[in-house]
Amino acid sequence: MHVMVPVVLIVVQLIMLLALAPFIVGVIRKIKARLQCRRGAGLFQPYADLAKLFRKQPVRSSTTSWIFTAAPYIVFASTVAAGLLMPVFLSHTPLNFAGNIIALVYLLALGTFFLILAGLDAGSAFGGMGSSREAVIATLAEPAMMLSILAIALTAGSTNLSTIVHQSALLEDVVLAPPAHLMALAAMFIVTLAETGRVPVDNPATHLELTMIHEAMLLEYSGRYLALMEWAAGIKLLVFLTLIVNVFAPWGIATSVAPVALATGVVAYVLKVAGLAVVIGVIESMFAKLRLFRVPELLGAAFILALLALVFFYTLRG
Amino acid sequence: MTALLTVLLACYLLGGLLPLCTSRPQLQNTLAHGGAAAGGLTGIVLGLVGLFAAQPLTLSVPSNIPFLTFALRLDPLAAFFVLTISLAGLAASIYAQGYVSEYADRASIGVVGSLLNGFVLSMTLVVLADNGFFFLILWEVMSLLSYVLVVTEHERPGVREAGLFYLIMTHVGTAFIILTFVIFSQEAGSFSFDDFRHPDQRLPDGLRSIAFFTALIGFGAKAGIVPLHVWLPYAHPAAPAHISALMSGVMIKTAVYALIRVYFDFLEGVFPWWWGFTVLSIGAVSALLGVMYALMEHDLKSLLAFHSVENIGIILLGIGAGMIFHAYGLHELAALGLLAGLYHTINHAMFKALLFLGAGAVQFATHTRDIEEYGGLLRRMPWTGLFFLVGAVSIAALPPTNGFVSEWLVFQSLILSVQLPTLLLKLMLPIAAAILALTGALALVCFAKAFGMAFLAQPRSGHARQAVEVPVSMRVGMGILAGSCVLLGLAPMLVVPLLDRVTGPLTGVAISDKVLALDGWVVAPVTVEFSSISTPVLAALLVGAGLLGLLIARRLGKGVQARYTRTWGCGLPLTPRMEYTATGFVQPIKQVFETVYQPTVKLEREFLEQSKYFLRHQRVEFHTEPLFETYLYRPVVRKLLAVAERLRVIQVGSLHLYLTYIFVTLVLLLLWAG
Repeated sequence: MHVMVPVVLIVVQLIMLLALAPFIVGVIRKIKARLQCRRGAGLFQPYADLAKLFRKQPVRSSTTSWIFTAAPYIVFASTVAAGLLMPVFLSHTPLNFAGNIIALVYLLALGTFFLILAGLDAGSAFGGMGSSREAVIATLAEPAMMLSILAIALTAGSTNLSTIVHQSALLEDVVLAPPAHLMALAAMFIVTLAETGRVPVDNPATHLELTMIHEAMLLEYSGRYLALMEWAAGIKLLVFLTLIVNVFAPWGIATSVAPVALATGVVAYVLKVAGLAVVIGVIESMFAKLRLFRVPELLGAAFILALLALVFFYTLRG
Repeated sequence: MTALLTVLLACYLLGGLLPLCTSRPQLQNTLAHGGAAAGGLTGIVLGLVGLFAAQPLTLSVPSNIPFLTFALRLDPLAAFFVLTISLAGLAASIYAQGYVSEYADRASIGVVGSLLNGFVLSMTLVVLADNGFFFLILWEVMSLLSYVLVVTEHERPGVREAGLFYLIMTHVGTAFIILTFVIFSQEAGSFSFDDFRHPDQRLPDGLRSIAFFTALIGFGAKAGIVPLHVWLPYAHPAAPAHISALMSGVMIKTAVYALIRVYFDFLEGVFPWWWGFTVLSIGAVSALLGVMYALMEHDLKSLLAFHSVENIGIILLGIGAGMIFHAYGLHELAALGLLAGLYHTINHAMFKALLFLGAGAVQFATHTRDIEEYGGLLRRMPWTGLFFLVGAVSIAALPPTNGFVSEWLVFQSLILSVQLPTLLLKLMLPIAAAILALTGALALVCFAKAFGMAFLAQPRSGHARQAVEVPVSMRVGMGILAGSCVLLGLAPMLVVPLLDRVTGPLTGVAISDKVLALDGWVVAPVTVEFSSISTPVLAALLVGAGLLGLLIARRLGKGVQARYTRTWGCGLPLTPRMEYTATGFVQPIKQVFETVYQPTVKLEREFLEQSKYFLRHQRVEFHTEPLFETYLYRPVVRKLLAVAERLRVIQVGSLHLYLTYIFVTLVLLLLWAG
């Protein structure tokens, strides 16, 4: 294989992540609008929003430190780096050696850490409130996520994402997923909703002080800093969706670098994440946001599901 | 080795004695901390020599006292701990040069400096000792010197009680250690460690299990494992900051050293799986409870002390997993678990010492330890803030720091439980991994709180408003440790082969080549197809992606300058009172985990006489219940006091009666002996 092939693949993956993230956000918004009998903004509105924000003059608080300025870049960098570690349209992604699925989780945690700090730095009550709530949700989501990851990893016999995806892509009977897989999927989906700040855990469309979490931490941001934060949030959502579609439904993913396989992989990937975005849009329209102190029950359920997945894996395999 | 050891002894002894010969504080400061720094440097060299030596180096001086020889032995395990202790000692003694003025009006600089030398020397010798008797003497010296250092500022409220608590707990521990060595000496016929580890003198199975538990309790009390941890959060913070750093960073590691020494060396790694499972369970409980109690602490140094309980737990998770694998003959995995535990040992020594020094610097600048009184310190103390942030990111195990590498390795050894033969362990180890994940997330929150409340937003008190950056020597001390954290994180290819030299002789297999792949750029415990990380590549990715973000922002927003204004305070001028407090920040977590915390709120209100709708005065107190103290220690202490009360009848104050007691005891003993 030519030396340049991995480099090209990394660049393509990077561009896809950056380019697709606003689209996914647009799809969810569109679905929600249609279900509310509104026409809604166009699918490409988030791109226009980002471009506008990047050009606007940012307003910074005079009470902040360099953490406030650095945080958007760190959050953006950690999310993009996490996205580069996982298979997107090709099962053997070139950078997968740099970190397995646990490293990916911890990279995202790096972003959360600086997001929490950024929320505290401006010194307003809203930012602190958002940070405090984000802290609870991140804490509770972590063990459920780790257990469901372990259940997946044990089924595949590996914690390397490329190996996991490659193996499940080669399986004949992907439709008849074992029960362990299904429970892990359910747990992972709940964790995704919590980690990416979607209803019923957080509402990305609100600026109401009593309910907001993610938006509260971003409240003091504007201009390019806000653009980076919003973009990073979109990429984080895309990372989780990619994880779900590629691990649990690796249909069509390219298992070699042949041009036809790659083209199929890209098309299948876009369709799958867009489809999952539609599901999230429907869920957001069907459920109300939970009270903060009801969220532990939801994430506790995810934990139990993941634990059951683990038990099923061992007892059914003997 | 003899030459290096002589230099080491000379440095610490001169550093310990010379300051007492002069009365000029400045000279005392230079002599004491210069000696300790020189000793630290020598110790680093000694540790490296020991790690690369082909054979263990020994040195023995006989004595007239039965069973006691002054025997020292530098094998890779001891050398690794000498290296860790010396590195932390070096940083602490440089830091101390500037820090002494913080307690100069309450304690003599010369005496504290002299004790520091003795303390570091005793820790270094403890891990080198090769005779049970000698070990116990050094262990006792180490404990007593640290006790004296804990009560340095004994006129401050609570310090003497903390010291007494520490003294009692550490002696309970020592009693169990003596018991352990006595058990070994029964079969070995001497107190020499060489005889302890001799394969011909194997203990019978029952005694081995008893030795396992006595060692676990004895050394566990020093390490601060749950439920023997209760003294630690009182004693460690009471000492001056550089002493706290050494106590939390390295003194508790001597217990980790001793546990590995006993289990893998004296008992030759022959033990049933449930020993490993016991260690693993204690590790999981300590990790989780340590971090949970840390979250509710608003005294910065107590918070850090509770995190030591957590990190000892993580170390024991690695060692426990290693022991389980070892019991099933999976030697490579055993080596991996042990390696993960040891990697976390040196990492924790670095970042915990760094954080304690950082806390000391903050205290130096603000003269308070209450997090609620800090705020906005990053703008006033940029270097301290940066170093503290490095420590916080490391202890929260975020990539690409050293804490991340070792915690990731612990995860890997827990996941590899899939290779174990029993279903129970296959299920329990992933659950331990989930507990570790929860611990990691809580640690992240705790350090977001600690850093955010101390260094960000506006100052919350006059103390914080007047804070200025600390002297250069303190910054250098912290800088050394911050640099070590970064190096240990980015260069696992240098660290893993060193650790492999330690775990190799203990488990019988060398795994360095198997853990490292692609010329060392990747850490992959089994194969790259199973799991791998590469911190240098992750760091490069993070920097690259950050630069990409910067580039895009610059490109699109060309020529746009940021405008500065005050944070919007809903129309009111923004005051520090609008900020979230540390108490408020963790309140949701307190409510979610109320079974552990059992929070209580005490509300006192006083109304105006004219109307019950207008408050004159209101006072709110929040409490969380320290479960182990309330339900375990207090009942025991109460029982002990009740028994002592009963026994007072025989103590009437008459000398004649006491003489009679002695006589009767003597007669009974003679009868028993005859």
